[in-house]
Amino acid sequence: MALRTLASKKALSFALGGAARPLAASARGVTTVTLPDLSYDFGALEPAISGEIMRLHHQKHHATYVANYNKALEQLDAAVAKRDASAVVQLQGAIKFNGGGHVNHSIFWKNLKPISEGGGESPHGKLGWAIDEDFGSFEALVKKMNAEGAALQGSGWVWLALDKEAKKLSVETTANQDPLVTKGASLVPLLGIDVWEHAYYLQYKNVRPDYLNNIWKVINWKYAGEVYENVLA
Amino acid sequence: MAASVLHLRLLPSPPAGVKLQQRQLRSRIQRQGGLSRRFLKVVSYYGLTTPPYKLDALEPYMSKRTVELHWGKHHQDYVDGLNKQLATSPLYGYTLEDLIKEAYNNGNPLPEYNNAAQVWNHHFFWESMQPDGGGLPEGGVLQQIEKDFGSFTNFREEFIRSSLQLLGSGWVWLVLKRNERKLSVVHTRNAISPLAFGDIPIISLDLWEHAYYLDYKDDRLTYVTNFMDHLISWHTVTLRMMRAESFVNLGEPNIPVA
Repeated sequence: MALRTLASKKALSFALGGAARPLAASARGVTTVTLPDLSYDFGALEPAISGEIMRLHHQKHHATYVANYNKALEQLDAAVAKRDASAVVQLQGAIKFNGGGHVNHSIFWKNLKPISEGGGESPHGKLGWAIDEDFGSFEALVKKMNAEGAALQGSGWVWLALDKEAKKLSVETTANQDPLVTKGASLVPLLGIDVWEHAYYLQYKNVRPDYLNNIWKVINWKYAGEVYENVLA
Repeated sequence: MAASVLHLRLLPSPPAGVKLQQRQLRSRIQRQGGLSRRFLKVVSYYGLTTPPYKLDALEPYMSKRTVELHWGKHHQDYVDGLNKQLATSPLYGYTLEDLIKEAYNNGNPLPEYNNAAQVWNHHFFWESMQPDGGGLPEGGVLQQIEKDFGSFTNFREEFIRSSLQLLGSGWVWLVLKRNERKLSVVHTRNAISPLAFGDIPIISLDLWEHAYYLDYKDDRLTYVTNFMDHLISWHTVTLRMMRAESFVNLGEPNIPVA
């Protein structure tokens, strides 16, 4: 929380002090994103995910996505103000990658919960029934997500997606940091599992299937159920 | 039985010989249950090559643990995966480079492409490095780099910049472009290889996270800088350039004036 106020103070002083600068963007003030806090300690997800990985993943990787996304947004603002269309287009790659990284990881932290606080408990209620209907059984869903996650070449994410128009669940994968909406505008992410190597390498080395098998122990089905019910309400 | 033996002895003429052969052939086919079974066992098979140095020779820039895992597990898995796919695939009789071009299928890769390309890419990567590497190239290679990039520093900066611009997993290459007839720095995603585009790779750097995460965590910049300054094998680069020049004419054409 304190970090957030510090950041906004910095933005304010920059805007005031930067009035003399030729760029209009700084005076307008670009809306930036901030790194969300975790609701649990770095080590709370052990032994499924080590504290070292959680700390690096949150403080380094996610933080870098946030910083680069903010930078790209400022550059985008400047390019739009200057009506530099080719600069606007060129920034899209950085925005998609870093913005997607921020979006995906923000969902990911909420998808995880320590075992002591309910992580790993199977889904109940409407989501549980929907899973049985669309996949046959909870085990079948886990097996499918593990298979697709292991088969993904390179870096990416595997998602449990809800199609809010068709009102159906599906398993999707996205490459690199592409958010789920790139696979379908009506897709809402309920659960995302990061299969970039940085998400598991220090602990599981090259054995991605072991990471996938173990992460289910700390998956926060309660959050997924809430999202499901809110979307379909 | 006795009659056929007599037949052999008394009439050793070709017709009798042919008949004898046919008799033998028929029984061999019968014994093996048909001709087709003989050809099922012929498949392609690729082996894992070993890096040309001990696994701890690249310390402290690439730890023994990383090389052991990267070569012993990742590279080995690609080889095993490829051989498993080829056991039931119609692709037979290719060198690895030709298999990559064939499996790339002009942008619509066949399932064997990923494994084949990664087997080749990693082999190329191990050979691109050496203990006590880095520094400056000599002679013709340095001249060519200075010609195509302006200076060695420019090349080094462009290589590092390309590594940082690559988002996600992939490789950074110094390639000799066939059509432009010059050296160029490119990066490719996942397993894509410049071989598929017809260019000649000269150096490769693995930017999948498994290549540097244990040693550098998320600090890709230091990994690339160390690779450039301490690991590149300019000897191998020289050999590769020499070979490449037999395919690409890097000199100016000698057009005689009438």
